[in-house]
Amino acid sequence: MNLSHAWLSRFVPHGKTPEQVRDLLTAHVATVEGLEALRADLAPIVVAQVVASEKVPDTKLSFNKVDDGSGELLEVICGANNVVVGNKYPFARSGTTIPTGLKIEKRKIRGFTSNGMLCSADELKLGSDHDGIYTLDTDAAPGTPFLDVMPLGDVQIQLDVLPNRPDLLSHLGVARELSAITGVKLAAPKELADLPALGESLSQGEREASGGGISVRVEDSTDCPRYMAAVITGVTVCPSPDWLRDAVESVGGRSINNVVDATNYMLHGFGQPMHAFDKAKLGGAGIVVRRAKPGETLVTLDGSTRKLDPEMLVIADAERATALAGVMGGKDSEVTDATTDIVLEVATFSAKQVRVTRRKAGLSTDASYRFERGVDDAMVPQALALGAALLAQVSGGHVEALVDVGRAPAPRTPVTLSVARVARVLGDAVPREECARLLGALGFEVIVKGETLMATPPSWRHDVSRDVDLIEEIARLRGFDRLPDELTGHRPGSVPDHPLWTAYRRIRDALVAAGLHEVRPLPFTSGAGQGDITSLVRVQNPLAEDEPYLRSSILDTLARRAEYNLNRMQGHVRLFEVGSVFGAQPGKAPRESMHAALLVMGQRRPSHFTEAAPPAFDAWDAKALAETLAAAAYPGATVTFEAGSEAVLWRMLVGAQFVGEVRRVSLDAPVWASAAFGVELMLGEVSSASVAAAGQHAHGAVPPVTGVAALVQGTRVPQRFVPLPTQPAAEFDLALLVPDAVPAGDVEGLLKRTGGELLERVMLFDEFRGKGVPEGTRSLAWRLTFRHPERTLREKELEGRRSQLLKALETLGVRPRA
Amino acid sequence: MTLSEYLDKLSALEAQAPAQIAGADSIDALATVKNALLGRQAGALTALMNALGELPKDDRRAAGAGANKLKVALEESLELRRAQLAAQAANSGPTLDLSMPARDRWQGTVHPVSMVIDEVVEIFRELGFTIALGPEAEQSWYNFGALNFPADHPAMDMHDTLYLGQDQVLRTHTSPVQVRTLQQYAPPIRILAPGNVYRRDFFDPSHAPMFAQVEGLVVDEGVSFADLKATLSHFARRYFGANIKTRFRPSFFPFTEPSAEMDVQCGVCGGAGCGVCKHSGWVEILGSGMVHPAVLENAGLDSEKYTGWAFGMGPARTAISRHGIPDIRILYDSDVRFLDQFGK
Ligand SMILES: [Zn+2]
Repeated sequence: MNLSHAWLSRFVPHGKTPEQVRDLLTAHVATVEGLEALRADLAPIVVAQVVASEKVPDTKLSFNKVDDGSGELLEVICGANNVVVGNKYPFARSGTTIPTGLKIEKRKIRGFTSNGMLCSADELKLGSDHDGIYTLDTDAAPGTPFLDVMPLGDVQIQLDVLPNRPDLLSHLGVARELSAITGVKLAAPKELADLPALGESLSQGEREASGGGISVRVEDSTDCPRYMAAVITGVTVCPSPDWLRDAVESVGGRSINNVVDATNYMLHGFGQPMHAFDKAKLGGAGIVVRRAKPGETLVTLDGSTRKLDPEMLVIADAERATALAGVMGGKDSEVTDATTDIVLEVATFSAKQVRVTRRKAGLSTDASYRFERGVDDAMVPQALALGAALLAQVSGGHVEALVDVGRAPAPRTPVTLSVARVARVLGDAVPREECARLLGALGFEVIVKGETLMATPPSWRHDVSRDVDLIEEIARLRGFDRLPDELTGHRPGSVPDHPLWTAYRRIRDALVAAGLHEVRPLPFTSGAGQGDITSLVRVQNPLAEDEPYLRSSILDTLARRAEYNLNRMQGHVRLFEVGSVFGAQPGKAPRESMHAALLVMGQRRPSHFTEAAPPAFDAWDAKALAETLAAAAYPGATVTFEAGSEAVLWRMLVGAQFVGEVRRVSLDAPVWASAAFGVELMLGEVSSASVAAAGQHAHGAVPPVTGVAALVQGTRVPQRFVPLPTQPAAEFDLALLVPDAVPAGDVEGLLKRTGGELLERVMLFDEFRGKGVPEGTRSLAWRLTFRHPERTLREKELEGRRSQLLKALETLGVRPRA
Repeated sequence: MTLSEYLDKLSALEAQAPAQIAGADSIDALATVKNALLGRQAGALTALMNALGELPKDDRRAAGAGANKLKVALEESLELRRAQLAAQAANSGPTLDLSMPARDRWQGTVHPVSMVIDEVVEIFRELGFTIALGPEAEQSWYNFGALNFPADHPAMDMHDTLYLGQDQVLRTHTSPVQVRTLQQYAPPIRILAPGNVYRRDFFDPSHAPMFAQVEGLVVDEGVSFADLKATLSHFARRYFGANIKTRFRPSFFPFTEPSAEMDVQCGVCGGAGCGVCKHSGWVEILGSGMVHPAVLENAGLDSEKYTGWAFGMGPARTAISRHGIPDIRILYDSDVRFLDQFGK
């Protein structure tokens, strides 16, 4: 909402500067987002006094000595013939730019140097009524900024009005607040002081009424509780007087003509939308407030043809729609230069109805914006009277008749407030009298009964229905800064940390330590490569039609981010994210789960002069990271890796439960990129099911923790101390020929099972294929470490174990490499 | 030479040798010392051993044993020192150019938005807050209705919503966690709820369709607006510095009443006004207010017995301003050149 500082001052002569008004409104009412000097172009102009003047022979020019407050008298040449010694004039120093855009330069004329310019009204864009330079009637000292002397420096105040306070969408509304804050009484703006008295007839009816040659009918009073109109005859449509044009322009509007400007003045001045119809163009001289007919169309003032339907409310004449009610007028009944008679509409439309109409029409106007949020429905008769009188005055017309259809709004219900409640909510006792005074200042009618206040909201306030609403009024008008802000004690909360949060922190610590970057990308996806598209959740109104789905896998998001990096020639990519994934469930709400995923590709380590090209990440790195991730995610659980197929390297399991997988990630990658590997792990569901029904709670109920969620909440069993060895270890290696069909894990498992209790460690240390190794087999070598707790093992004992193991391995078709 | 004279000479040698050995600061110097002690020609101990013959026959055995013992001890000391010097030479030999770079490891990083969330969480943890979470795909009722948004009202226009279905939305704020928590747990409630929220906003330098929020909620008997002010001002002092000035100004959220926005004095201009603070001298940090009684009632709580306050803040704004990030989009791109900067 744009406000004019000057206009506000006419409503409430507060005497505050724009900066003071900004600070007061921001502290007590709504935030002022900006101040904009409307004549900032006059800022460089100062007051200067002519101390000597001399005519230049044979010219109109004069050579002057000018005091501009700089302490040095300046030589200035002037072309006007009204220079008077001792008078003060607006002065532009050389180097400055005047409002016409002309830059004032030092110049030489006939041997005289001119160091600036004494300005005319024209040059200052203050109108061209006067001849010659602009004589100032002021006591201000030379050098004073011109704007300080002349009341031209209106400032636009940009107020951020939130949806609960439509009453602030007018100068009157904001003036009321300023009046409450400063204690300065509201005044009638001087431009409205000498409006003609209305001596016209008023015809009234609940559903219809007529007068001044028009008839008004409202079909449904729910859509339009009140419709008033004035018939104004004999108008002349022409440019607005200066004050009206200035007012309209001061709030950022464009002056159109006297009629339109007058309605806009009422809108911005009093917050009451109005519309003027050309009476001659209303078919059948009738006005009907009704729903649009199916297939009906209307060309609105902005020139576009709009298809209407019965959910939309229109103002119609006897034949067709002539305006979108509360939104915009029609082109056909627009006021033009040829208009002589006007019907001025002031009405109350239902907020919901205006919202529906303007949404369907796909436009928002100053009028619809206010109706949607709520206008002062009690003000309609005064607004009509004032608007009609103003319009008549600026257009030379005559108010012929007033028509009023509908009913005055019902009186507002009082809200009860206990003074003790004020203290409880604010943490500060506000005396009863002060509460009453503050509410009274804001227009509430207050009745005090003991320690209880009955406060009836004024007709312009639609946001006050409970005691806390009154407490807010008291708190803000009194000032939030007056409330104490010392920390006091508190009881400990009853809510434990969410297990998924602690899991996230554990995982993040582990993966950051492993050298990975945490990312927070968008979860939208095209759906490509994510399997069955119907299992994805689709955003109904997506931001981008090519990414309408929510991801079902974080790894998919990370893959796209890796491609983004590859496109920027970045091949060493190590990313992880802990976040939500989504799945569609037919007939049910989407299923949301938290996952953790990581992706690695490129060098395993940074390059160094000792190793210019370190090896790239491979499947074994991915497996190790998967183990790191799983250990952080599921404290105390044992995760097993089962060989996968195709892109899936391993399926991760806890017991029989599938918990995640390690994959090769296929990317749209340039040839130089190395292979990408990914891990994705499930952390548990984040349910959107209701905790309890609306208005109920489920305190004390403990939802069961099952599946992956239980793993996340597991605890690590404390490590039992193992006595440090006192005896030396004995080792031997087994180089084995293993058929391709036999997994190394099976061999290792067998070694552990049959190695006996003295077997301490089994380590695979080599894999070899090729020379000396038969087709269809590979050579794998393990080092086995044995240790007896009390004595040194004898060579013979080790030999015995070796042959025992080799014998057992025969069952797998594994034999020693010769 | 008598035996006692001989033993005195041995003792003198035994006393002075350790200093000589320790004083050798290179392998070469040690060789010289060794030569001076044990050298076949010039060795001091060698000379003494050669002089055994000058002693009376009966004393030779005792003197010889003393000389041999000293010889073994000196050889040990010399070998120890040699090993020491050799190790030193291996570590700091002239072949090692110490100006060469260290062998780096990949540096992992926490996302800059997560860093801000961590710091906020840290401060509120000191005040007894715990962490609650809720779904991002949320029921409309939790996102709007339970939070006292009037149906089909312009207040909804402040939340341009991404819809998933009839009654399902991508949550537009973390405030639904307030209602879920109040339904699940009995007061006293002191929680923070960090998480992602969504708006149908296209990317521009300061807007994104998804961003993080941190919600805070306190509900108990006797909780007041003064507590809100005290706690949030304390937070501001802990986060921005002990001398930071704060101000509270009226605002509007359907789920709080009274509502207030908290600003801190602009750190760039110190309150004088600059481009960063839009010439107001203040920077908006968070929205807050007393929990609307309707919200407590929607969660099945007695709104006369309990009062509460809540706040919400956007950590991305803080991250952007403190790191000087010109465009919010880079927080989402996951460009490793950007992320690497936070590991330094
Ligand atoms: Zn600033």
